[in-house]
Amino acid sequence: MSLGLAHFLVLSGVIFAIGVIGVIIRRNAIIILMSIELMLNAVNIALVAFSVYMRNMDGQVFVFFIITVAAAEAAVGLALAVVISRNRKSVDVDDFNLMKW
Amino acid sequence: MIQIPNINISIIYPEIIIFITAVIILLVEIFSNGKKWYAQSIIALIGIIVSGYAVSNQWNSFASGFSEVLVADNFALMFKLIFLLGALLTVFLSIWYFRREEIQQGEYFFLILSSVIGMMILSSANELITAFLGLEVMSLPLYVLAGFDKKKLLSNEAALKYFIMGAFASGFLVYGITFIYGATGTTNFDKISMVISSRSFGIDPLLLLGFILILIGFSFKTAFVPFHSWVPDVYTGAPTPVTAFFSIGPKAAGFAILFRLIIKAFAPIGGSIIPILWILAVLTMTVGNLIALTQRNIKRMLAYSSIAHAGYLLISLVVGNGRGASAALFYLIAYTVMTVGAFGIVILLGEKGEKDLSINGYSGLAYRYPAAAVVMSLFMFSLAGIPPTAGFIGKFYIFSSAISKGFIWLAVIGIVNSVISVYYYLRVVVVMFMKPEIQAGRVVCFPVSLMVAIILAAIGVLQIGMFPQGWFEAVRYSLIGLF
Repeated sequence: MSLGLAHFLVLSGVIFAIGVIGVIIRRNAIIILMSIELMLNAVNIALVAFSVYMRNMDGQVFVFFIITVAAAEAAVGLALAVVISRNRKSVDVDDFNLMKW
Repeated sequence: MIQIPNINISIIYPEIIIFITAVIILLVEIFSNGKKWYAQSIIALIGIIVSGYAVSNQWNSFASGFSEVLVADNFALMFKLIFLLGALLTVFLSIWYFRREEIQQGEYFFLILSSVIGMMILSSANELITAFLGLEVMSLPLYVLAGFDKKKLLSNEAALKYFIMGAFASGFLVYGITFIYGATGTTNFDKISMVISSRSFGIDPLLLLGFILILIGFSFKTAFVPFHSWVPDVYTGAPTPVTAFFSIGPKAAGFAILFRLIIKAFAPIGGSIIPILWILAVLTMTVGNLIALTQRNIKRMLAYSSIAHAGYLLISLVVGNGRGASAALFYLIAYTVMTVGAFGIVILLGEKGEKDLSINGYSGLAYRYPAAAVVMSLFMFSLAGIPPTAGFIGKFYIFSSAISKGFIWLAVIGIVNSVISVYYYLRVVVVMFMKPEIQAGRVVCFPVSLMVAIILAAIGVLQIGMFPQGWFEAVRYSLIGLF
């Protein structure tokens, strides 16, 4: 059995779902950040698969942009986590409950 | 032979001007000692005005550049002017606020201006990858701005919540872009539309899934129900001028790109998109207004009201024709001035640290500061949509565009909602004029920069409300070439 587009899309879908579930159920801000990276990398797999399958380079160029943006996002996210852990000694999102509607 | 693509760098002159201004502000921050806050704010204002001049020079040029990736049609230019107006008023709001809170760091203006660059790219993007980059350039500075008051826990919490929600939404957005790329083989809006309409068999499920994921991504940014849960917390926790910027800039930018997507790229499958948007519009209006009724904190109340206003704007997206788009542009202009005005008064009446922002804290304000109370009432009337203010004309325009396209029920639900909203806006007015004064100690001084913002906003609300003709013409001209 050879690997086709569908295999890569299923892989990407599974990794994306793991990322989404991680963001929703994990309580540690750093792990949430990692789950978001997982989501973006799942997207990268799908993009490269489509790109190879259609013999069109646009998708692979987009992957580089996504990697760059993910790095920028991680920089901002970790900086925020550092500020918060200085002020509260914790990065557990359940502790952030100063505001309730 | 290598083909050199058509670059046409002149279409990004406004962005370049803003970028240079932002870098100058950072350099001033690094290389000068002593008081530089005012100098930096003046540099920011000059940059915004020069960039606005560059935008207006491109009017009616219909240029495109970078291999059709960016377009500078009047629609994009009008949005750029709205962002620049929002940024200008935000800078005026910020000058005194950050002095009072003692966090005068010049990076603030750098972040505001970088975010404006992202919005401008987003409004002229004609391609999905560029739209994604514009969105990220807009959002990353906003995450930092939400947490700009870094010693305050509320601000920290707002930043982290906004960051997690925003990054999560970007994940959905890029996944949606990937599916659309997979279904059509291109990311250019014109080509997507061509590919979709060239197919005779029904709608590709991959394409619809891609569109829904993209819509979810932008729904987080523009705060549509049910993707609004972050809004009240972020708006309450962020510094007040930043909150004002949140409620005007990203919202307008989200609508700019959604309009372009729906009018250009997904026009051939419009029929199956409209029901989704219809439901989003009704949910957003109703939930925003109903929860706003229960709020005691003025910033939280304005946060829910901004969700409701996004719902009214969604009506124009459902209408989706030229009339809808011009109504949305008109409403966004009106919404920008009235929201900035309302937040300006909130800043004026707050004290250092903003510990008390309850609406009841404004009791009897009319006896002590009649002018401030009257101007606040003006903004509240405008937000509620009572004539002769800008908000009334904007809502009238949106609802009449819905009726003209046959969306009678949508217009009825919108009108019912705007009646509900009168209750919580007028409560502020009632508290100011009819309750006895309780907070004798509330000290108010009248700083010049803040006054400029509030007076400009008040003049704007009245001018747009009483003489809307010129504004109608402007928004109508801004749709040339789009339909």
